[in-house]
Amino acid sequence: MNLATWVTIVASAVGAATPLMFAALGELVTERAGVLNLGVEGMMLVGAMSGFAVGVSSGSLWLAYLAAAVAGILIALVFGVLTLSLQTNQVATGLALTLFGVGLSAFAGRSFVGLPIRPLTALHIPLLTDLPLIGPLLFHYDPLVYLSLLLCALIAWMLKRTRAGLRLRAVGESPAMAHALGEPVTRIRYLAVLFGGAMSGIAGAYLSTSLTPMWTEGMSAGRGWIALALVVFGTWKPWRVLAGAYLFGTVTVLQLYAQGLGVHVPSEFLSMLPYAATIVVLVVICRDPKTILLNQPASLGRSFHPGY
Amino acid sequence: MPPFDRNPWPLRLERRQKPSAAMRIWSSPLAALAMLATGLLVFAALGKDPLAAFRVFFIEPVSSLYGVGELLLKATPLMLCAQGLALCYRANVWNIGAEGQLTLGAITGGGVGLFYGAALGHWVQPVMLAAGVVGGMAWAAIPAFLRSRFRTSEIFVSLMLVYIAQLLLSYLVHGPWRDPAGQNFPQSQPLPDNALLAPLLDGTRVNVGFIIALLLSALCWWFGKTTAAGFRMRVGGLAPAAAAYAGISERGNVWLALMISGGSAGLAGICEVAGPIGMLQPVVSPGYGFAAIIVAFVGRLHPLGVVLASLLMSALYLGGESAQMELQLPASVSGLFQGTLLFYLLAAELFIGFRLRRVRRAPAAAPASA
Repeated sequence: MNLATWVTIVASAVGAATPLMFAALGELVTERAGVLNLGVEGMMLVGAMSGFAVGVSSGSLWLAYLAAAVAGILIALVFGVLTLSLQTNQVATGLALTLFGVGLSAFAGRSFVGLPIRPLTALHIPLLTDLPLIGPLLFHYDPLVYLSLLLCALIAWMLKRTRAGLRLRAVGESPAMAHALGEPVTRIRYLAVLFGGAMSGIAGAYLSTSLTPMWTEGMSAGRGWIALALVVFGTWKPWRVLAGAYLFGTVTVLQLYAQGLGVHVPSEFLSMLPYAATIVVLVVICRDPKTILLNQPASLGRSFHPGY
Repeated sequence: MPPFDRNPWPLRLERRQKPSAAMRIWSSPLAALAMLATGLLVFAALGKDPLAAFRVFFIEPVSSLYGVGELLLKATPLMLCAQGLALCYRANVWNIGAEGQLTLGAITGGGVGLFYGAALGHWVQPVMLAAGVVGGMAWAAIPAFLRSRFRTSEIFVSLMLVYIAQLLLSYLVHGPWRDPAGQNFPQSQPLPDNALLAPLLDGTRVNVGFIIALLLSALCWWFGKTTAAGFRMRVGGLAPAAAAYAGISERGNVWLALMISGGSAGLAGICEVAGPIGMLQPVVSPGYGFAAIIVAFVGRLHPLGVVLASLLMSALYLGGESAQMELQLPASVSGLFQGTLLFYLLAAELFIGFRLRRVRRAPAAAPASA
């Protein structure tokens, strides 16, 4: 193992972490508004499929990401109408969204299976990218990686320091109180759900146009659920979610390089690592009941009917 | 004026004085009809004659004795998984990993059939089925333990274990359990003849698993309706705080719900392996464990409803296969219909507790909210 290999490992860990970041940050905003959307996996698949389809047909990856975000918003809108306007159970509706997204993406994407796509390319910043070691480690990623970091900072700042963030958190903690103070609870929750949909859509498109540039049925392979677990792991705080995503990116990538590192374990067991790691970190976080009690939005998962 | 949630629609939702008994029964049939209408529209949009498509999808698959047998055969794993899940959801335990528990049941039961089939003789079938139940229970014990001991969400744990179980099965059939005479295909040896579940009727493939599923359904009804444990689970699901005050153990409920649903999902797995599949292979279920979530809801979490809903869902699977062969439609069309069905159902359930009222706009001087 030389230095160059380690640099490659770090770079691919960042790549694996990026879709988790997008999906988890979107879900974080949704959950801070008090809505639990378990449909992340379904929204990611729909985003992956529509992003890939538009990318292949138009040749433009920017259009692909736009389409993925719009598709994510549209399918999140279905969830919003059901849970926010029609008061359905959020857990059941989220599961339905995932099952629907799996079916819809497989059905609509069937003619795109096996097609090639020109993947997103890494930035080349003059001087910085050419620096030894630091260049490939910090300045040689595709634009979406930097966008995810920027969004993390932006969301952290917005939630903590702005009036809009305060209103969003109020709606998540106590919708009845926010309603009494004149906040448009349902509208704020809609916006949060749609934002989560757009982010999941982008996360999916990153899978199908950058990480593994192709479309296959069910290609997200549980990443949507891992992103949901990351929000709990990050105790609903953006920077901790970021740390969690990079930790999981590393675990995912290490299994690919494990053989090279001299670990002789059947590949299936190595592939179990991210899933097993999810269980372990959830147990660690939930062991102390105060961690969840103090950080979870108080009204997470509860319907709110304003009663007009 | 502060920005109140203004209702832009001419109709509004109003909470009913008490839940509507009629809607409780009709919500599922209404959802099925809505899904059917949507399906016909999708077929029309794809340029197929909707009526011909309807015939291919719903009538042809069950127009022979073999077809009816297939309907019952596919309904078996759905019914087994969904009865357990319905029990869980009524107790507010969100087991969504029936697919993983099914896979583990296939591994443990299939392992007994493969390696002890000859030694056990006449006893192989009951032992094999019991091993499947134990396998499913063991897999469900992980989320049960983690939730009751560490308050870890069973939603995530049970789902992550689906992927782990599938990888474990894949490892076994690619590695130690691979049939040496199987030309390198990732599959085990076929189960010995005495381990295979015989068809109930000549000319069909439906086996004793279907009878077991019906018995389990009756058992679930009896359990929920007459036993104290069933009552405790219902109370724990409806009113956790009241249940705790009355001294009902939440841990007991969580364990019981997950053991029953894990065991029945494991049974579904071994019934598939010892029935229609006849060996272990990397994929033993086309998502029965996930479809069972829909079945449980469409059956309104009631044992009789689940029986009917699993027949409906089985018809969707058969129709998807038939449409694939005759109309060149992708098999994924069934997945699409399943998701749509659940959406319609959730929307229809709304009308159990709410009703639509036309909004009469109040005069401008009236207070903004009533």
